[in-house]
Formats: sequence, structure tokens, C-alpha cells
Amino acid sequence: MTSHLQPMTVEALAQAVRDHARVLPIGNRTKPALTRVSSDVALIETTALTGIVEYEPAEYTFTALAGTRLSDVSSLLAAHGQVLPFDPTFRDAGATLGGTVAAGLSGSGRWRHGGVRDFVIGIRFVDGAGRVIRGGGKVVKNAAGFDFPKLFVGSMGRLGAIAELSLKVFPWPGPSVTVIAHMRDMAAALATLPRIARLPVVCDCIDLVPPANLLMRISGEESALATSVDRLRGALGGEAITLDVVRGAEEERIWEAAREFTWATDHLLVKVPTTLTRARVLETSLAMTRAVRRYAAAANVAWIAWPFDEDVAILDSVLTAANLSGVVLRGDEPRARLGVDAANEFGARVRRAIDPTGRFDV
Amino acid sequence: MANDAVNRDRALAEIARRVPAQRVLTSPAALSAYASDALTAFRTVPEAVIVVESTDEVTRVVRTCAEHGVPFVARGSGTSLSGGSLPVAGGIVIALNRMNRILRIDAEERVAVCEPGVINADISRAAAAHGLYYAPDPSSQPVCTIGGNVAFNSGGAHCLKYGMTSNHVLGLTVVLPDGAVARLGGESLDGVGPDLTGFFVGSEGLFGIAVEVVVRLLPRPESVRTVLAAYDSLAAAGDAVARVVASGLLPAAMEIMDALAIEAAEAAAHPGYPAGASAVLIVELDGEAGHVDAEFRRLLALLGDSGARSVRPAADEAERARIWKGRKSAFSAVGRLSPDYIVQDGVVPRSRLGAALAEIDLLSQAYGIRVANVFHAGDGNLHPLILYDGREGGALERAERLAGEILELCIRMGGSVTGEHGVGVEKLAYLPRMFSSDDMSLMRAVRDAVDPAGLANPGKMLSPT
Ligand SMILES: Cc1cc2nc3c(=O)[nH]c(=O)nc-3n(C[C@H](O)[C@H](O)[C@H](O)COP(=O)(O)OP(=O)(O)OC[C@H]3O[C@@H](n4cnc5c(N)ncnc54)[C@H](O)[C@@H]3O)c2cc1C
Repeated sequence: MTSHLQPMTVEALAQAVRDHARVLPIGNRTKPALTRVSSDVALIETTALTGIVEYEPAEYTFTALAGTRLSDVSSLLAAHGQVLPFDPTFRDAGATLGGTVAAGLSGSGRWRHGGVRDFVIGIRFVDGAGRVIRGGGKVVKNAAGFDFPKLFVGSMGRLGAIAELSLKVFPWPGPSVTVIAHMRDMAAALATLPRIARLPVVCDCIDLVPPANLLMRISGEESALATSVDRLRGALGGEAITLDVVRGAEEERIWEAAREFTWATDHLLVKVPTTLTRARVLETSLAMTRAVRRYAAAANVAWIAWPFDEDVAILDSVLTAANLSGVVLRGDEPRARLGVDAANEFGARVRRAIDPTGRFDV
Repeated sequence: MANDAVNRDRALAEIARRVPAQRVLTSPAALSAYASDALTAFRTVPEAVIVVESTDEVTRVVRTCAEHGVPFVARGSGTSLSGGSLPVAGGIVIALNRMNRILRIDAEERVAVCEPGVINADISRAAAAHGLYYAPDPSSQPVCTIGGNVAFNSGGAHCLKYGMTSNHVLGLTVVLPDGAVARLGGESLDGVGPDLTGFFVGSEGLFGIAVEVVVRLLPRPESVRTVLAAYDSLAAAGDAVARVVASGLLPAAMEIMDALAIEAAEAAAHPGYPAGASAVLIVELDGEAGHVDAEFRRLLALLGDSGARSVRPAADEAERARIWKGRKSAFSAVGRLSPDYIVQDGVVPRSRLGAALAEIDLLSQAYGIRVANVFHAGDGNLHPLILYDGREGGALERAERLAGEILELCIRMGGSVTGEHGVGVEKLAYLPRMFSSDDMSLMRAVRDAVDPAGLANPGKMLSPT
């Protein structure tokens, strides 16, 4: 029988860690595949560790407990004209701040100003010895000590239990508009991407979605948006079959689907960090499968929805062949990692120091 | 001690078999040039300097050091302001400045792959042909190396909008302190697993030596607009910063210089700052032309209302370059006002800037020591330059005491003792003031796990317990 704890305080979180030989911190389980463990592992849920601890709008930073929901953070920030520009994923589905940082997930908006790693500035976490450790700080610029806040991005709950986080935020970038270019096929769209990525037009997001649509969101001064759109139109003119410009509720729906992964239900959802060159290789292989593919941040990330009734081993070997690693976020799959999973000596040493008895190594 | 000397001689003999003699420096004259970094109050003459030319050589030298228990310090250009590249007694310096090739620029992927000794500004220079540039711009960028930037997570005037070194390094190849080689990250903006690249950046040489650095390049902004506003008091300039921040604009840079810094910069670089001003504020916007034009109009209106005695937009690229030349030469310019100076690098919450500057002014008066202020106002990163004359007995100690009080002030206000220059040896005593003993002990445990023999840049960042 799995024990399942729900500490109400940071101290109780530390106690829960000390009380169990094997533990996995979990948030609201919006990425269930990351929290599948054997029954001897105690699950420590952070959902009762909620609340914004500090928020001074003039500072453009906030500190919140790990179980605080992104939706709560976003609405508080919005009330002060501020945003987390990386479009945090699974926000409406109930994702917590701690889970988002631990999963290392950034949404489409990460293209312009950076991903979750670029906004985390401070952390409190429980280490393998059950101590509450602080790293980083609450000011936007800080080079004092080792960068634990960054280390925990992507740690998947396997390094320590995040109790509290400080992030920097940005001003709302202004009204936005999204240009949709319908391309001939995915390969053609991937060929066009690098040119878009180097235009003087600054896009918040550059995504590629099925069947072969390039989505480009621009935001800024209302008076200047039309010119930006025209320039994108000019740059894409010859290659796009048709070109649409959407705003308002329709635009919001597009980015909500991207953020919430509503397009990937009833599939295994896999994140694959990539590069343009490798995305082209990947796309060539995946085009022959029934996988639904979306490429975000000018193909720096591939989001793959793999049909439940297809053999995951095929995806695994496609990734391995392209020298890529994937992480399974949703779906019934015993392996959390697919593709290349190279051992890393530096990572192993750091892990030994933070979690010497392997409490979090589940 | 005797044993150490024997080990060192063995190590050096072995290195001499692997590295050509002209690149193994042992003469007192040669060694003396490496005895300090830019924090010249500290000097330690190393036993030898090995000028390496390849990853393979770095690995061999580090392995040899590990076998014989000889400490080593990596060195780029030696511009560290905190004693980071100060040699350690009885140890060797591994000089990386000849490993200065940009191995590859991939314009499509917008990345550059660099050896560690590549000069920061050379990356942008090489990327310019593709309309790209490398964003982090420390004032020392014409000389400092990307390896040094990685070790200190260096910043620059433009990190307000673009972030620090860490936000632009995608991947690293590192030689760990026992000579093992690890690859961290890659060429993608995203990753799987703990962000080891991010963790290595800012580790001040304690985790080993970066031998290859993959950096992200950005398209050169189409439009850059810069304005110089002059104020009758430092506080008024600080208030203007608060207004710009509150307006929702996201400037690329926001910098303040006080009267003493203006005077120094004027004498050294003739930037044409308004005479008699108590403070100047530089604000820069960049991006797509249409957007920047509209934002710049808003900015000028706002500054016009901020009690400035003059608001002068740069009319052309030449004027813009002059404004920045004044700012970026400030440290060396202040050097002309005084035989010696200490640069502090504390950070305060942005809303406490005014209060912090007022306290620094009081401290300066109380100590009777001149302090010039040049700082990254947009992100609360102070750079008080504490002027002293090292030939005067006790002057350095008094300057250090004043510096210490400023650091205490930053900690008290909820900030940090360093925004970008690192802890080095200079702030060893202050890191434990920011962090608890548990925090410090975990940092030491991580260091011990990565470098059990404690050979990579020992005595920096983490004081011995
Ligand atoms: C006039 C002046 C202006 C400055 N302005 C700024 C500024 O605006 N912003 C800012 O952040 N800093 C600034 N600095 C500080 C300094 O330039 C930076 O810290 C810079 O990154 C140091 O680079 P370097 O090549 O000189 O490194 P070094 O001084 O040679 O080394 C710095 C540290 O990095 C380690 N190191 C070097 N190479 C490697 C490597 N390959 N792998 C691992 N460790 C390595 C060294 O051991 C040492 O601890 C300034 C300094 C001066 C003198």
C-alpha cells in the first residue's frame, strides 16, 4: 500500500522526507506519467503547500510555495499587468508551480524571452537528508553560490522536494496577433522556419502544428502590429498556400490548445528537446507513423502525441536513431524516458551530494 | 609541505613531457604576470603557468594534477574583479586564452560553438555576418573570455531584458577536476533532466574547466534607441528608474552614473555627458522598429515628466556609441581618479535602490572615502567604486571595511552580495551571511562530490570550514 502524504507546512514536508526511505514529491499530477512509481515509494503531495509568500509588483518578482497553482499565480500577475512570458503548460488543468519547475516544462512563449529555467531565481527545497536548503535569492540578479534554482529545473522530483520558488516576471507585452501560414507540408514548413527565426520581426512564439501550419504570435504596440503582420506576410508570401491573421478569442483558443495539450488527449504525450536539423530528421521518420507532431520554439521542442495502440518501441528507436531524448508526460507507459539516455558523470556526482541515500532516486 | 613540493615537481615534469616547453612558464618574470587578476590587492605567484591549446591538453594537465594532488586555477583573461582567477599557493595556472577559436557558427540554428578562450566580443563580431549577435555584454567584453563569463555567470548592461550568461549558454563540455570529461546540455533551448548546464554556470571554476561552450545567438535588433537623462540628484534618477519600470516598458538597458563617475568618464572617454549633473540615466530600447518608435515616444514623455534637467535622445549611432563608451569605460576611468579602487557588486531589491544609495553616501562620508557609483539600475545591481590609495598605511583595510558594510547593507535589504562578479576570494566571508549553515554545508558537499581532492580553484567561493 503506497503511503500518500499531504504536508501543510514546509517543516512537515521535510519531516515527511525524513520519515521515508523512498519518496517522490508530487503536485497536482497533471503530468501523471512522471509520477508513476512502485508501491514502496511514499508520495508526498504539495497541493496543501500553497500561497504566494511575497509579491511586490514593483520588484517584478514573486515567491510562492511549491503547491501554488499556476492559474492563481497568473491571475494575480495579470491584475498588475505582469506575466510569466513562457506560457506555463497545463495552467488551466491545475498544474502547480513546483511541478512545472520540476518537470522543466515551458510553453510556446519561451521562444522570445526564455523558458522556465530563465525565470526561476530562488528555491527552497528539502534535500536527501531532510534539511530545508535555500539556493539563489529573491532579486533578479544574483551570482552568489551554486545555482540550485536552475539545477531543480527538470529534476522531476528525483533530486529533492521543492518547497518554495522565487521567479522573476515581465511586464505584459501588449496586445497580440497571430499569423497562421498554411504550408504545403511539415517538411516545407520546417525548411521555412530558420528564415522566420532570423527576421527582424520579433515573434513571441513560432510553432508548427498539423497539418502544416506555422503559428507566429507577435505582441507589442498596437499601432505597430499591422506592419509586423505585413512583414511576416511578405516574408512568407511565396511559400504559404494561404495566410490567416487571428486575434481575440480565436487567437486565445489557439494558444490555449498549445498550453493545455488539448490536441493530445488519448495519446501518449512525449516532450523531445531538439534542434532544427534534428527536427527535420525526426519529422521524416515520424511522418511515416500515426504520431501527431507539434514543434514549438522554432523547432527547439517537439511535442509528440503517440497513439495508445502503437508500439512505443517504435518511437523509442526513432528517437534513438535521431540522437534525441524524450520524456513521457502522460499515458500509460512504464518508461519515463525514451530515446538516448546517456549517463552523466557530473550529474551523478551532484546527485550523490544532494541525495546520498537515494531517497529521491525512484 | 616537502611532500607537496615533490608532488608538484613530479607533476610538472610529467606536464613538460606532454606540453611543449615554450608553453610551460616557470620564470619569475612570466609568473609574475599571472599573480593577480583585476582585484590587484591580492597576489599569489603560481608555481607554473601552462598555456594549453587543446581540450586534450587540458585533460592531460588536469589528470596529471589530480594524480599528484596539485591544485590548479583556470584562467581566461584574468579580468575577474573578485580574485576568482587569483592563483593558489603551490598550484599551477591553466591559461586558456590560446584556445580562442570559434569552432562553428550555425546561423540556421542560431548557435555558436566556442573554445573557452574566445573573447566575448569576438562572438558577436563573427556572428555579425549572419545578422546575429551574442547578447551578454560585460563592460570588459573586448577582453574577457567566454570561459570566464561561464564561470561567473557574467552580466552586462543589457541583461535587464536579455538575462545573464546562464540564459545564453545551451551546452558545455567540461573537464571535471579529476580529468573526467562530461557533456552538459546541447544545442537545443530545451532539455531533459536536471539543468546541469545551468548549474555549472556560475560555479567559479570549482567544478572544473569548461573546454567547449555552446551559446545561443540572437538576431541583431532592427532598431535601438537610446536616451540620456540628467538629474540634479541621484535620488531623482533612481525615481525615474522606478517610473520606467512601473510603466510596463521593458528596456534593454537602464544604467545610472553619479557625479564622480560622470567626471571620471568625461575625462577619460569624452562622452559629452551634461556638465554639472549629479546623475545621468541611460535608457535603451531595442526591437522591431515600429514597436520601438512607439515605445520610445512613451519613454521620452515619461522622462520629460521625471524632473530631469535634460533629456537627450541619441540622434545617431555615433552619439549612441559615445554614450555607451562613457558608461563602459567607467571602471577604468575611475582608476584615473585614484591610485586604487575596489568595485563592489551587491544587489538590492529595485524598490530599495534609492535607500541603498543614500546609505552608501552616508557611509562614504563617515569613512571619509570617496565612492563613485555606476550601476545597472534596472536590476538593482550596484557597483560602488571605493577609491583608496594603497600606499597609505591602513587605506586598503579601511576601504575593505567600507566595502563590507555595503555588502551587509545589501544582505539586510534582502539582496545579494554579488550580482555578476562572483564571490571569489573577496567575498568569502560574506556568502555565509546570505546562507544558513545547512545551505553552506550542502554547497560544500556538492563541491566535495564533484572534486573530492579539492584541486579545482580551492579557496574560492567557499571558505574552509
Ligand atoms: C574593467 C572591467 C569591467 C568589467 N565589467 C564587467 C561587467 O560589466 N559585468 C560582469 O559580469 N563582469 C565584469 N567584469 C569582471 C570580469 O570581466 C568578468 O568576471 C569576466 O567574466 C572574467 O573573464 P576572464 O576571461 O577575464 O576570466 P578570468 O578572470 O581569467 O577568470 C574568472 C574565473 O573564471 C574561471 N575560469 C576561467 N576560464 C574558465 C573555464 N574555461 N572554465 C572554468 N572556469 C574558468 C577562473 O578560474 C576564475 O575563477 C569587469 C572587469 C573589468 C576589469
